[in-house]
Amino acid sequence: MTAEQTELTAGEIEKGLRGHLDSVLNTAVEPDQDLFKSGLVSSMFAMQLVVHLEETYDIAIIGADLKLDSFRTVQAMTELVLRLRAAAAGADA
Amino acid sequence: MADKPKLVKCLVWDLDNTLWRGTVLEDGEVEFPEEIRDVIIALDSRGILQSIASKNDYDLAWEQLEKLGVAEYFVHPAIGWGRKSDSVRDIADKLQFALTTIAFIDDQPTERAEVNYSHPEVRCYPAEDALKLTGLPEFTPEFVTEDSRRRREMYQAGFRRDAEKETFNGPDEDFLRSLELVMAVKRADEVDLTRVEELTLRTSQMNATGVHYSDATLRALLTDPDNEVITVTLADRFGPHGAVGVLLLEYHDALWHLKLLATSCRVVTFGAGSVLLNWLVDEAAQAGAHLVADFRPTDRNRMMDIAYRFAGFTEEPCDCLADLPALAEADRDVKRLHLVADRRPGATTMTVTAPALAADRAVRAGARA
Ligand SMILES: [Zn+2]
Repeated sequence: MTAEQTELTAGEIEKGLRGHLDSVLNTAVEPDQDLFKSGLVSSMFAMQLVVHLEETYDIAIIGADLKLDSFRTVQAMTELVLRLRAAAAGADA
Repeated sequence: MADKPKLVKCLVWDLDNTLWRGTVLEDGEVEFPEEIRDVIIALDSRGILQSIASKNDYDLAWEQLEKLGVAEYFVHPAIGWGRKSDSVRDIADKLQFALTTIAFIDDQPTERAEVNYSHPEVRCYPAEDALKLTGLPEFTPEFVTEDSRRRREMYQAGFRRDAEKETFNGPDEDFLRSLELVMAVKRADEVDLTRVEELTLRTSQMNATGVHYSDATLRALLTDPDNEVITVTLADRFGPHGAVGVLLLEYHDALWHLKLLATSCRVVTFGAGSVLLNWLVDEAAQAGAHLVADFRPTDRNRMMDIAYRFAGFTEEPCDCLADLPALAEADRDVKRLHLVADRRPGATTMTVTAPALAADRAVRAGARA
C-alpha cells in the first residue's frame, strides 16, 4: 500500500478531483477557483468532499486539518491529500 | 416486568376483505366500514405510517381509495400481482425502516404465512383484528408530539423533494435555494419540551455529546436566566420538516457555553447544522463572547464534528476555558471546541428567523446594573 501511495503526483490528484467535481457539479472548475465564493459548493457539499477525499485517497482528515480553507480550491485539497499521504507513508516506513 | 413490544412504524394493509368488505375487481362496489376509517386516522395521528400490499388492479383499487377519501393516508402503496413478501420488503426499503418495525394485516392466512415465511420479523395480523389494533401496545407510542401527527405529511414532502433533487442539474447552492427553506429558531416553551426530549433521544447521529437531558432537567433550565433552551424547526415549499434541532446554551462572563447541539439527520443534507452554528457565532460576536462547544466524538456524529470545524472551532487553548467547571471523570472524552466569535453574514441558502440573544442579554444586564 505504501508503494502505491507514493506514486500519486499532485497533477494526478488535481486531475482526479476536477473530474469528480465536473461530474457532480455539471460544470468545469479551475484549480484555483474559490468553490465557496462562487456559490458552486455549499458547506454541506464540502462535508461530502471530506468523505470523498478520505475514501478515494485512503486518508483520515481529522482535527486541525478539518478547516474549510483546506477545501476551498482544488489546489488546497490536493495539498492536503499529498501532505496526509506523505505523513501516512512516513509513519508506515 | 415484560419488555414493551417494539413500536410499529408502518402498517401494511391488504385491501379486499381487509380494509374494505368485498372484492373490487369482482363486485365493483365495496363496503367501507366507518370504524376502519377511524383506525386509519387514529394510527396516522400517532405518527404510524400506513401502506398497502394488495393483489389488485392498480387503477381500480387506487380510484376506490380516492373515492373513499383515504388514499392520502398511504405511502408507497404496492398494488399489483407480485408476492406480498416482496411488496412488504420494498415498502420497508423505501422508508428505510427495519422489518422489525413493519406490521402486515390480511384476511388470507396463506398471504400472512407467505410474508412470514420470508420475513419472520414482520408482525402479521388477521383482518378481524383491525378494530383492535389501536388498543395494542405496539401501536401506542409513548410520545405523541406535533411532529408525530405530521410524520406522514413530512415523509410525503420528502418523496417530492427527493424526486426534484434527482432531476435538478446545477450548483448545489442553487438547488438549496430553490427549496425556499425557512428555519425558525426559537426559545423553547413548556409545550416544546416533549419534542426536545424526543429529539435528543432520536438524534443520536447528530448529538454532539451523546448526553440525554431529562424532561425535569430541561424544565428547570427554561426559567434560568443564564441558560437557553432553543428549538429549531425547518420547512420548505414541499412542506414541514418539523422540529429538527435543539441547543442548550449557558452564558458565562467571557464565553457562551454550547452544552448540547442535536440536529436530526434528516436535515443534514440542507446544511442546517452549519446555518445554526453561524447564527450562534454571530450572536456571540455581538456580545463580545467566545464560544465553547462540548463535543464527544462517536462513530456516528462525524458530520457534527465537521460542521464545528468548518464553522471555525478548534482545540486550541484559551484563557476563557478556565471559567468552565472541570469535566466529570465520566466525561473525559468530551472535547471542548473553542472559537473566538466573529461577525458572520446571514445564510444564503435559507431564511432564518431567530431570537436576538446578544441584544436580549444586554438589556437584562442593563436592568441589573
Ligand atoms: Zn476563549
